[in-house]
Amino acid sequence: MGWQWFHQLGSPRWFYEKTSRWMPWIGAIALILLVVGAVWGLAYAPVDAKQGNSYRIIYIHVPAAFLALAGYYIMAIAGAVGIIWQMKLSYTVMRSAAPIGATLTFIALVTGAVWGKPTWGTWWVWDARITSMLILFFLYLGVMALQGAYQNQNTANKAGAILALVGTINIPIIYKSVDWWFTLHQPATLKLTGESSIDPSMAYPLLIMIAGFYGLYAWLLMHWTRMDILHSEQKTAWVKALVSSK
Amino acid sequence: MHPARKQRLFIVLFIVIFSSIAILLMTYALRENINLFYPPTKIVSGEAPVNTRIRGGGCVVPGSIVRSTQDLTVDFLITDGVAEVAVTYTGILPDLFAEGEAAVVNGTLNASGVFEATEVLAKHDENYMPAEVVEAMAESSERTGTQHQATCDGI
Repeated sequence: MGWQWFHQLGSPRWFYEKTSRWMPWIGAIALILLVVGAVWGLAYAPVDAKQGNSYRIIYIHVPAAFLALAGYYIMAIAGAVGIIWQMKLSYTVMRSAAPIGATLTFIALVTGAVWGKPTWGTWWVWDARITSMLILFFLYLGVMALQGAYQNQNTANKAGAILALVGTINIPIIYKSVDWWFTLHQPATLKLTGESSIDPSMAYPLLIMIAGFYGLYAWLLMHWTRMDILHSEQKTAWVKALVSSK
Repeated sequence: MHPARKQRLFIVLFIVIFSSIAILLMTYALRENINLFYPPTKIVSGEAPVNTRIRGGGCVVPGSIVRSTQDLTVDFLITDGVAEVAVTYTGILPDLFAEGEAAVVNGTLNASGVFEATEVLAKHDENYMPAEVVEAMAESSERTGTQHQATCDGI
């Protein structure tokens, strides 16, 4: 079977050189989408009939929560590939995804609390959605902490990957929590199937922001992975040549 | 695929599947405790404990809000479409608290079946609409004679 391409993908040098060309483009597209989405959403989208201007936090909260969940799958899949193919680059991606995901989860929790105070009347409530989101934050922190807990990098990678895999069930639980249990958090506004319950004039900037966050996530993940590659491959000839040429 | 890799793939699948089953069984066992509040049906049927701090949640029945002229006391009914529970609360209500909107109340159920709330939270629904669209919908419902009612689908 032709698995050669897959092994080539696992070469840190190949990844570093390919992404050097992609990085500026992804960064530029993400920046444009984020600026357009933020200005449109925060300044031009109409005011919500019930919540007033406080609803505008949706333009940060929802994209951050989206990527916090999607990023977890990226981290877990990278961990699984690392275990199965013993691929160093895959573990590098997993290590890089953890702090980015933790930051996005933290942003989603904080913006949710800031919105909850004027809307619900409380900063925090232990309902299924918010609690499972807090567990996601701790899972990310756990993967990060395991990296520092072992002398041997290979053991640390394996331990982190196993924790990431065990936590994958939390993602569908977060997603379906508002449907399975009585929660204070409202059900999903953007629906994969069926009509979304948000007016199109408010939905377009939200979709642009989500696309922008995907771009930002891709850029951040590549950037962190590249930094990690330079650090872990510092003794190789190509990194030495790269550093001395600058 | 190399046999060693295939074996590791099975280990990965084993970890994911069995830890998922374990966690799902745990959440299934705890399903009643994970609910943030009791719906009015369970409060009326006596499934909710009396004189213990609990949360109740439901749709505020339109026309049921009675404000005291003396102090900040508010009385209202919450419903899940089947049963209704009377709630009494003294304090400041959140801005989004309104008739036909969902609310979560925190307090104790007294012996006479009235929920004495110490905290009232407004539950926002998943609908986002600009003010002009809401006005246009109200106008068209006046013209056609149909009434646009606030709903609490999420509860």
